[in-house]
Amino acid sequence: MSASASPNPSAAPGGGQGPSVVEAAGIGKVFGEGAAAVAALEAVDLTIRQGEFVSLIGPSGCGKSTLLRIIGDLTAPTSGTIAINGKPAARARLDRDYGMVFQAPVLMDWRTVAKNIELPLEIMGYPADERRRRSKELLELVELGTFADRHPWQLSGGMQQRVAIARALSFDPKLLLMDEPFGALDEMTRERMNTELMRIWQRTGTTIVFVTHSIPEAVFLSTRVVVMSARPGRISQVVDIDLPGDRSFATRESDAYFRLVTKVREALRHDDPADGGPTGADGAAPSTSDAERVRAEGLA
Amino acid sequence: MKASALRDALPAIAVFVAVLVVWEISFLLLGVQSFLIPRPTVIAASLADQWPTLVKGVLFTGTEAILGLLVGLVLGTAAGFATARWVSAREVLLPVAIGASTIPIIAFAPITLNWFGPESLLPRITIVAVMVFFPVMVNTIRGLTNVDPGALELLSSYAAGDGQTLLKLRGPNALPYWFTALRIATTLAVIGAVVGEFFGGPLYALGLYITNMTGSSRYPAAWAAIVLACALGIVLYLLAVALERVVMPWNAAREAAR
Repeated sequence: MSASASPNPSAAPGGGQGPSVVEAAGIGKVFGEGAAAVAALEAVDLTIRQGEFVSLIGPSGCGKSTLLRIIGDLTAPTSGTIAINGKPAARARLDRDYGMVFQAPVLMDWRTVAKNIELPLEIMGYPADERRRRSKELLELVELGTFADRHPWQLSGGMQQRVAIARALSFDPKLLLMDEPFGALDEMTRERMNTELMRIWQRTGTTIVFVTHSIPEAVFLSTRVVVMSARPGRISQVVDIDLPGDRSFATRESDAYFRLVTKVREALRHDDPADGGPTGADGAAPSTSDAERVRAEGLA
Repeated sequence: MKASALRDALPAIAVFVAVLVVWEISFLLLGVQSFLIPRPTVIAASLADQWPTLVKGVLFTGTEAILGLLVGLVLGTAAGFATARWVSAREVLLPVAIGASTIPIIAFAPITLNWFGPESLLPRITIVAVMVFFPVMVNTIRGLTNVDPGALELLSSYAAGDGQTLLKLRGPNALPYWFTALRIATTLAVIGAVVGEFFGGPLYALGLYITNMTGSSRYPAAWAAIVLACALGIVLYLLAVALERVVMPWNAAREAAR
């Protein structure tokens, strides 16, 4: 594992310039059929480069989780193409390119913390001593070294989520997909987990796609924030986060941080019809009539 | 550890002793006839008196119960696995299993005697296996299929095969369900064996002994056999609990933490 790698070079503003890890073009997803069909995503184009930390943010029902699940091959798009490291998503999954962290930690109660982290390694056929070496290393990385032999129910929610992150990193996946991983945690724990995730990302250099409801969280963590709008779900704006790579609690009190939080908040509001509808500012938000037209085509 | 276990069991022991004492004294004072329910001391005397015959009976009936239990566990678990794995097996096996579970044991027991002869263990083994099969199968299916969808997605993201998913997720997930079935099955096994013996078997078999003693108005002896049948059921149940602790130590610890 690359936990000992040098600080992430692409933590610089604007994200990575490396090869593209995710290449999504014209992604659409329709749930249901006929009159009951609901367009969850429409015409989503997104390229994520190696070493980036990209957050997907938007109101409930904007399809951000669906987009993440399409990237991770947990569900197939209705239209469009997706390539992960130049391969179809299904191939990437079979090649074990993905590490996944969900909102629930999904730990196995019958396994100790260390054995939970070793689960993917067991499935992938790593030898026992290698498994133990890695779980030990990862427990140190998430600062749970003394909890190796505990069982999941003996840990707090934040600690359980750290185990889930360690498990996802255990086999050095090329891409870490996180679906509101800190959504169930209290605000204090969440901020601490954000700082910790930041540190882990900088040490490992893993490309991360991160779904969240929280604007501060998205701004603090990301190199880019992808703002999505609902019904149908589409990308309305992409905000580059040009904060320094080395972020800490102090970052949350800087003017640049507040400016970016405001920018993301406004991008989200632009596209809420209750706030006067999309204005098309920055040339990114689609007009309602456009969205309606595309949606009608999607249903046809 | 030992001392604290004893302390935990103390209230139950105290209640048990109190019930015996109240039973003994009140029945003595009220002059309740022994064909209704004999007093504990009368049952105990009969237990001592009939001990050699009763021990043979317990061993015989216990063997039937345990062998029937094992057959039912193996078949029920196998059917549960097959049903959880293949939809076609579900369509074939589930109606058969439901049918088997609704067989009236009272009607079925005499027929098994015709199949195997009254002296054989096989009639009661068959009855016990049929009774045990259904709860074991149903709980196995439930345990194998009632899995956290998130965990399935996680294993899918590791590109785990069906065999690995069974071994690492569905199997361990099914264990608590299976042990619940085992607990139910142990008590069913003794009931099945004793009821099966009502219709035939060696004279010392507990079920036949109880009917014979009742028939010849020797109620304390019948009750002594009933007490031993209960004791047999309790022992099997406790063995199941002990096995559960050995196989799933984490489960007991988790329960205790709640």
